[in-house]
Amino acid sequence: MDELIKRAKELLEAGTVKVVIGYENGSADKTRALFAIEPKDADKLIFDSRCVMNLATYITKAEVKGKGKMAITATLPVMRAIIQLASEFQVNDSNLLVLGITPESKMIEFKDLAEVEAFVHKYTIEIEAKYSEKLEKLDKMTPSERWSFWIEELSPCFKCYACRAACPMCYCHKCTVEFNQPQWIPVPSHDLGNLEWHMMRAIHLAGRCIDCDACYNACPLGIPLNLLTKRMLIDAKEHFGGYQPSIKADHLMSTYKPDDKDNFIM
Amino acid sequence: MKSDRRLVRKGSLEKLFEVLKGDNRQVYAPFSRNGRTSYRKIEKFSDIATDYIQTTQSSKEVSFPRTEKILDYSKNADGMSVKGIEPDQIPQIMLWGIRPCDAMGIGELSSIFNWDYKDEIYNNRLSKVTVLGFSCSKTDEYCFCTSVGGNPGNTEGSDILFTQLGGNGDYLAEILTEKGEKVIALSPELFEAAGDIEKEKFLADVPVKFSHKEIYGKLEKFFDSEEWVGQSLRCIGCGACAYVCPTCACFDIQDDSHGKLGSRVRCWDSCGFSLFTLHTSGHNPRNVQSARWRQRIMHKFSYMPERLSVYGCTGCGRCSRACPADMNILEHLTSIKEAAL
Repeated sequence: MDELIKRAKELLEAGTVKVVIGYENGSADKTRALFAIEPKDADKLIFDSRCVMNLATYITKAEVKGKGKMAITATLPVMRAIIQLASEFQVNDSNLLVLGITPESKMIEFKDLAEVEAFVHKYTIEIEAKYSEKLEKLDKMTPSERWSFWIEELSPCFKCYACRAACPMCYCHKCTVEFNQPQWIPVPSHDLGNLEWHMMRAIHLAGRCIDCDACYNACPLGIPLNLLTKRMLIDAKEHFGGYQPSIKADHLMSTYKPDDKDNFIM
Repeated sequence: MKSDRRLVRKGSLEKLFEVLKGDNRQVYAPFSRNGRTSYRKIEKFSDIATDYIQTTQSSKEVSFPRTEKILDYSKNADGMSVKGIEPDQIPQIMLWGIRPCDAMGIGELSSIFNWDYKDEIYNNRLSKVTVLGFSCSKTDEYCFCTSVGGNPGNTEGSDILFTQLGGNGDYLAEILTEKGEKVIALSPELFEAAGDIEKEKFLADVPVKFSHKEIYGKLEKFFDSEEWVGQSLRCIGCGACAYVCPTCACFDIQDDSHGKLGSRVRCWDSCGFSLFTLHTSGHNPRNVQSARWRQRIMHKFSYMPERLSVYGCTGCGRCSRACPADMNILEHLTSIKEAAL
């Protein structure tokens, strides 16, 4: 990625941006986030198939954002997250420059977020076959079997909230689980507490989740939480014509129309 | 006491497991699920995971569960009635297959729970745990027990330490405590006389990466270093490191209420969370991740050695393996060692 390194250096040298967020080699053949602040830091930038962490989670982090204008190495999922965040007024052209990386691993620098959005809209979010199969299996279960499946899968959760921290859309300073007057979600990580936490998190991501799997990849216990959000994407497709992050579009779950179907009310 | 050394045949381990399970004792051992290994109650010997360098979670849950009821309460016409947890409700646990670093970690964790207040619930639980450690023959780049006072065949904290003599070999059993002797008494025929065995040659080689002086001595003057800011920039502020750590002891007290009935529950907490130190006034003394990251390192490598004469780290490397942002504690400690003051 010589091109990426060259451009990152130019941007830092010219002072166009104060930090370039990208990937560098990490431990044990993993990759991790790099924050290039000096031009020479950019020499460490890499990009390859191991670079799957969604870096958009950092653009709402005060310590990163506080440095000044950011540039970010953005794969398609990262670009989707950026557009969703822009629609929620978390980033804009004045604080973010996107150095896109196409699915063919080509670098493409965008003039503004509108261009990023146009690029994002060339692709639709498709659920991978391996997940579709799992979801179909879940759909075929009886409600009590499905209940047991989730109680069992969620039971190891110790509420480290890595899923929340890794998710670009979970940028609230105070999350619903932290409100205790009243206590909406039980804090203990027992079966009920875990179930309520993951249900609440999934519902808060309805119509916002860009399907990057950051939550699942972050989970130290390997809990398949992304099955919940993927299921919602399928629902969004069936009932609302699908989800595509857009800077100015209505939000799927916070938009009301008088002629909305009400057949889901039992 | 001086350790008694015996030989346990490879084929006898299953028999020992079956004996340990009897008489209302529970055996907790490594179990793999979704590609991660954790300790849990095991019924079948074949369910015990063996193919791992280190378990994803530590074994601290046997004495410090992630969610632990400390009392039940009910509201009634006369006010409130409260019922504590009886010690006899706490099970006898045979903790099978923990690594020497985890066994050493029990002492570190206990030093916190007995620092000023003696935590009865913790101590009660621990008193019912028998530690059956297994030495390490494998290691990876995250291990650094030898830099914090441990080693792959360390007996500290174990009641019996088993060392496998070669890849598919029998086991040397070092019986280290009275609890260990009680295990032998359950099935003495499984513990044969051991000849001269040099266990060191069967242990993993874990190189020393730093000395006490290089880190402890440095940290005394390191509080205001800019290094913390650079190190913590990629930290996403979750609690994975604290929750997989064998010595992290922070907890939060919660009331889990259901109408007129409820329980008071002790739940794990983490200094990495942004709201951990938020005051009622709205002031947060650790309002940036660098201050929280510094706290994590200082607590383990400066404050605990100073106040409790132990590290708050066993070098197990779990925090680094589990970190979704690839914060690597050994790498960060090494850069502290090398940083200019």
